[in-house]
Amino acid sequence: MKAFTYERAKDPVAAAQAVAGRRGARFIAGGTNLLDLMKIEVETPAHLVDVQDLDFDKIEETPEGGLRIGALVSNTDLAADGRVRRDYAVLSRAILAGASGQLRNKASTAGNLLQRTRCPYFYDTNMACNKRQPGSGCAAIGGYSRQLGVIGVSKSCIATFPGDMAVALRVLDAVVETVDASGKTRSIPIADFHRLWGDRPEQDTVLAPGELITAVTLPRPLGGRHFYEKVRDRASYAFALVSVAAVIQPDGTGRVAFGGVAPKPWRVEAADALLPQGAEAVIRRAFEGATPTKDNAFKLPLATRALAFVITQART
Amino acid sequence: MADWPKLEISRRGVLTGTTVTAVAAVTPALAEIPASSPTAAVATMPVTFNVNGARQQLSLDPRTTLLDALREHLHLTGTKKGCDHGQCGACTVLVGGKRINSCLSLAMMHEGDEITTIEGLGTPDKLHPMQAAFVKHDGYQCGYCTPGQICSAVAVLDEIERGIPSHVQEDLTAKPHATNLEMRERMSGNICRCGAYSNIAEAMAEVAGARA
Repeated sequence: MKAFTYERAKDPVAAAQAVAGRRGARFIAGGTNLLDLMKIEVETPAHLVDVQDLDFDKIEETPEGGLRIGALVSNTDLAADGRVRRDYAVLSRAILAGASGQLRNKASTAGNLLQRTRCPYFYDTNMACNKRQPGSGCAAIGGYSRQLGVIGVSKSCIATFPGDMAVALRVLDAVVETVDASGKTRSIPIADFHRLWGDRPEQDTVLAPGELITAVTLPRPLGGRHFYEKVRDRASYAFALVSVAAVIQPDGTGRVAFGGVAPKPWRVEAADALLPQGAEAVIRRAFEGATPTKDNAFKLPLATRALAFVITQART
Repeated sequence: MADWPKLEISRRGVLTGTTVTAVAAVTPALAEIPASSPTAAVATMPVTFNVNGARQQLSLDPRTTLLDALREHLHLTGTKKGCDHGQCGACTVLVGGKRINSCLSLAMMHEGDEITTIEGLGTPDKLHPMQAAFVKHDGYQCGYCTPGQICSAVAVLDEIERGIPSHVQEDLTAKPHATNLEMRERMSGNICRCGAYSNIAEAMAEVAGARA
């Protein structure tokens, strides 16, 4: 691990200033992804600003009838919250489908959104990776791409966003709240939070340097039945090959987003409208323009079958 | 050679050594990026936490993980280093009563925390019920993953008691029970290469039954 200095921030703006004002400085909350990457020197921060003491550990009801989830609420606490289990079950289900009990106890809400891709070439510092080392090329393109993206990818990078929680947040149309070094706050719809790689795959999100996530806000509950169907190589503790987050209403309408397929949680609103027509119609529309490789072309029929399973369950 | 400590030494750097040196000479700023310069000595930082009820004051390189602080500095070698990447669970300890991977946490991040390791759960003379059940049910073979398995198992039963839901729960709003399926799902962050899983589940079932 590269050497770094460490400080514990006492207020959000000071934390943002500490990161914005110093080259190579990074926030750390749970640290479960960042430390993993620091050990193999994929991440090499020169300074860590520990934000665990900030007052972002509560889940509160909003005046609009939704929930405001503090950035530091652990994945375990968020999945276990009675209001989330009752009104936003897709979110509890998605979180519980990810990682292990130990990791969920430490991982934060904001950190989960900021976790980096699990593309094997990103992890392997002997290989070219535009995300790890901009301009070095992409060894995944033409390499072994079974786990990698089928849509929204670019000529620079075909990695996926690996998380589950964010896929549920996309179905719920959550909003990411931030503060920057000048104290200015902004609200970023989850749809706009993660970037498509384009020619700058090193930048995962639209956050500016030093911009700190303070909360994630959920709008009023959608009702309907909530599903998170995750298909993976093991029954537990594995990343998604494909996942389907869905909220289906009694009349068969609803919303659906997919994980494990793209640089961001993948949702196409025009495809949502086709839910009453069945899984094939939705997938055809949602994955229009997909560019799978021969290793990961299976993800399209897999997504169709996973969604068909969800729709069947919703009808029973 | 005097210039070497200021340069990033990579395979590529060595292969194009002359070029890198020339570039570094004209752009000294490049050599001043702290993250890419080999560092001679690292300033230590103080941290204080409680381990198994005893207050511990340490002065550590900030890079020290909680796992290394426990094993290398406090010589509590019961907690094991398996993968060192949060994948195997051998390093599981309880912090504030909750299980975490001690390899994926910096010691500095635990100022004031209450940490319990396998040494704090029970002693050879007075085993924790979960330790006794692992012995009775042969919940191990080589034993390397066992301290992590036991810490995790103790926390899992507590999580079930506190109503923390899991992936295998049909009804998300219902109170979970310590069924075999629940325990298998909840223990998936602890790997056992010897494959003692079924005996571990039996040991846990006995402790869960005794509690209920």
